[in-house]
Amino acid sequence: MSPFLRLVGRDLRLALRQGGDAAMVVGFFVLTVVLFPFGVGPEPELLQRIAAGIVWVTALLAALLSLERLFQSDYEDGSLEVMALLPLPLEAQVLAKCLAHWLVTGLPLTLTAPLLGLLLHLDTAGYPALIASMAIGTPILSLLGAVGAALTLGARKGGVLLSLLVLPLYIPVLIFGVAAIEAEIGGFGARPHLLLLAAFLVLAVGMVPFAAAAALRQALE
Amino acid sequence: MVLAGPNGSGKSSLLRVLAGLTPPEAGKLTWNGADITEDRGEHHRRLHFVGHSDALKPVLSVGEMVGFWAGMHGQTVDIHAILGKFGLEKAVKLPCRYLSAGQKRRLALLRLISSPAPLWLLDEPLTSLDTEATEQLLAAIAAHRAEGGSIVLSTHAPVELPGAVRLSLADFRPARLVIEA
Repeated sequence: MSPFLRLVGRDLRLALRQGGDAAMVVGFFVLTVVLFPFGVGPEPELLQRIAAGIVWVTALLAALLSLERLFQSDYEDGSLEVMALLPLPLEAQVLAKCLAHWLVTGLPLTLTAPLLGLLLHLDTAGYPALIASMAIGTPILSLLGAVGAALTLGARKGGVLLSLLVLPLYIPVLIFGVAAIEAEIGGFGARPHLLLLAAFLVLAVGMVPFAAAAALRQALE
Repeated sequence: MVLAGPNGSGKSSLLRVLAGLTPPEAGKLTWNGADITEDRGEHHRRLHFVGHSDALKPVLSVGEMVGFWAGMHGQTVDIHAILGKFGLEKAVKLPCRYLSAGQKRRLALLRLISSPAPLWLLDEPLTSLDTEATEQLLAAIAAHRAEGGSIVLSTHAPVELPGAVRLSLADFRPARLVIEA
């Protein structure tokens, strides 16, 4: 097995044995969405109109929950120090950890989103775009979050700082994620929005590992 | 080389500079005349660094930890044989959270022999080790030196390594104080 896949495997194993991350993220996602009908009222027309926005905003917030721990435990137990000296470049390790993070958080969010769409009376035409936008958008959340997590490593109240750093960066993902669903429902097609999201994903895959690895090296100094 | 000196004399800092984890405030670090910053990956491939922390995950087993770190160096190892070198073969399935401080230290030191690297940088490696484990480590160090490997080891306690260069960082403190004054 390559070192890259070995690191992905270790992080998945840690997530499964420590438990909680995927369940907490999905639990938060479901509970927050369920709160909206109580807050804005149960009228199907109203919920249908704001369903795409609710699902995406809550998905962003849910993804934030586990980001703080992305590098924290490796930093605290000295693993990060050893990892920085491995033959596998730290940039590739960041990518491996982001992939594991997405499999534990982003993928469950993507799979849960259609069920929450049902709860919010999302127009049936919007479901393919919802799944596609979540599948392309949630990896971007993990990648951008990795930069924030690396920059705030070791900082006091790092979780709050992380949210302040990362949430503004999530805005383009939110805009095009919601726009893809609404365009599909409106009959305009989600393709342009999904392509833009895919372009963001390619950019993030290309740039984030370098930014996050530089921040991690700084934290280790 | 044995780096000796009291707490705070800079032993760990020097080891981190040698590992390339911390950039030096002045000067440069070279290996066979080449600046290590020109190819950090190459420098990292030639060294093992064991710092103060043991880099262990409480929920992973002893065998999984050895397999993971060896695998990250691209090595496939006989885990039972490796664990036997530090007397941990019976703990192969035990989660690391159940290990004593000394056993954790032994497991961290097993990274040294689970994949080959010519340079070992060891920061206070004898901490928490009992007599038996200390002897096992000294035997591993002697074997590594016999194979042509290099070791830089920091300690605040006296340790006898025949033929090793001993550098006392305490000797550098007065000069540094004069410069600062």
